[in-house]
Amino acid sequence: MKDALQEDTPRKAWMSLLAKAPEGRAAALLDAAMTRPAFTWLRAPEIGSTMVRARAGATGAPFNLGEMTVTRCALTLATGEVGHAYIQGRRKADAQAAALIDALMQTAMADRLRGSVLNALSREMEAAKAARAAKAAATKVDFFTLARGED
Amino acid sequence: MYVAVKGGERAIENAHAWLAEERRGDTAIAELGTAQIREQLSLAVNRVMAEGSLYDPDLAALAIKQARGDLIEAIFLIRAYRTTLPRFGASLPVETGAMACDRRISATFKDLPGGQILGPTFDYTHRLLDFKLAADGEVPEAPSREAATGPVPHVTGFLNREGLIEEAPLDNTPPPDLTREPLEMPANRALRLQALTRADEGFTLGLAYSTQRGYGRNHAFVGELRIGSVPVEMEIPELGFAIEIGEVTLTECETVNQFTGSKTEPPQFTRGYGLVFGQTERKAISMALVDRALRWEELGEDNVGAPAQDAEFVLYHADNIQATGFLEHIKLPHYVDFQSELELVRKLRREATAEQMREAAE
Repeated sequence: MKDALQEDTPRKAWMSLLAKAPEGRAAALLDAAMTRPAFTWLRAPEIGSTMVRARAGATGAPFNLGEMTVTRCALTLATGEVGHAYIQGRRKADAQAAALIDALMQTAMADRLRGSVLNALSREMEAAKAARAAKAAATKVDFFTLARGED
Repeated sequence: MYVAVKGGERAIENAHAWLAEERRGDTAIAELGTAQIREQLSLAVNRVMAEGSLYDPDLAALAIKQARGDLIEAIFLIRAYRTTLPRFGASLPVETGAMACDRRISATFKDLPGGQILGPTFDYTHRLLDFKLAADGEVPEAPSREAATGPVPHVTGFLNREGLIEEAPLDNTPPPDLTREPLEMPANRALRLQALTRADEGFTLGLAYSTQRGYGRNHAFVGELRIGSVPVEMEIPELGFAIEIGEVTLTECETVNQFTGSKTEPPQFTRGYGLVFGQTERKAISMALVDRALRWEELGEDNVGAPAQDAEFVLYHADNIQATGFLEHIKLPHYVDFQSELELVRKLRREATAEQMREAAE
């Protein structure tokens, strides 16, 4: 089932974005942008896990940290494009929307979806991250010297 | 002898029905939703994810509700559920250096690049009950300030530049997995870290505290403690490249430990490492201290016989599901076992009595 698509960097970026999107958001943006096309399942949505790994001392030998839930699926459009999704959590509807968007991004619909789905998702998620980072920044300590004892 | 008995079915069914009713409590009080648990008891959710060894806040919240707030029971539910999931693969090692930090502090350097970021911490609170929380009330929005962009470097990197701290050189040995192969001794560090990150918080805390009090003392400073989210990247076989499949919140603790050198190592600072799912600071610090204590052999230190240095003792007793399973099974019927014990004690008493009577007669 290996895809022939060579230029995987933009695809990697949109698949990563879709995997991290808040629940229901990608589906809502997709439905607002267009009517969903017909498709057939290559692999119906399936819930499983991924073992998350980390490194000892952050940079050393890898170890198994624990698992996370993941939903995956694969589908093909009537025009032949194959869409995949691997997304965090137990979210079959979101996996379906993510795989559909992945497939549609390989069609002439790509520009439209980039604007109305991917860019919108990316803006929302960056805004949420920035708001959190700004709250963290507000708790940064500004040390000042009261007195120096070296007379 | 094995005796099969029946007859408990109705009692068990009725006990389950009563359990459900007691779980619900007074129906005049609004029922707790799992989303409320996920959002408002998030540190309990984090502990269940960490020790259940499955990152899924919704499932952890459900488990806490089902377990009536008994976190070890909730962890048990998560561990049981986990075994039903097909495993799609393993992620690439997460990059904690690229963490979006909610909190990042160092007890060893005051003015570190990136600064001391306190985050949503209980530290500096007065530990006085806040009766305002007993009444409904809106919480004012927390203040914001412009944030610096770019990754926040690890503190140990600064000490590395002077060569004063041991390196953690890059290594890509595939790690052993105790969820697939039984935990066997000797356990390498990767296996110990896997066991410790899912270990019982209380047990890990107690062991870590014992090292501070002198049972295998290793003079730990918290070089860095950071909490935040990191993306999880996985190679997708059908695509032939890796994508981010989600994000997890982690707590990471790196300790810097005094070390006067040994036969094999020069005097330098050594390191202990703790990394745990969720905002789980006490557990991450405890894990780092115990990790460091267990490293005595590879650093050429003396085994002083402290409990925290004994890998077999630590790792075989740290899992609260194994522990509670074995501990609680003794309340289940042992009628036959006990019957044989009873026979044995009666026999011994008969013999002892007979002996006494014989001595008295002589």
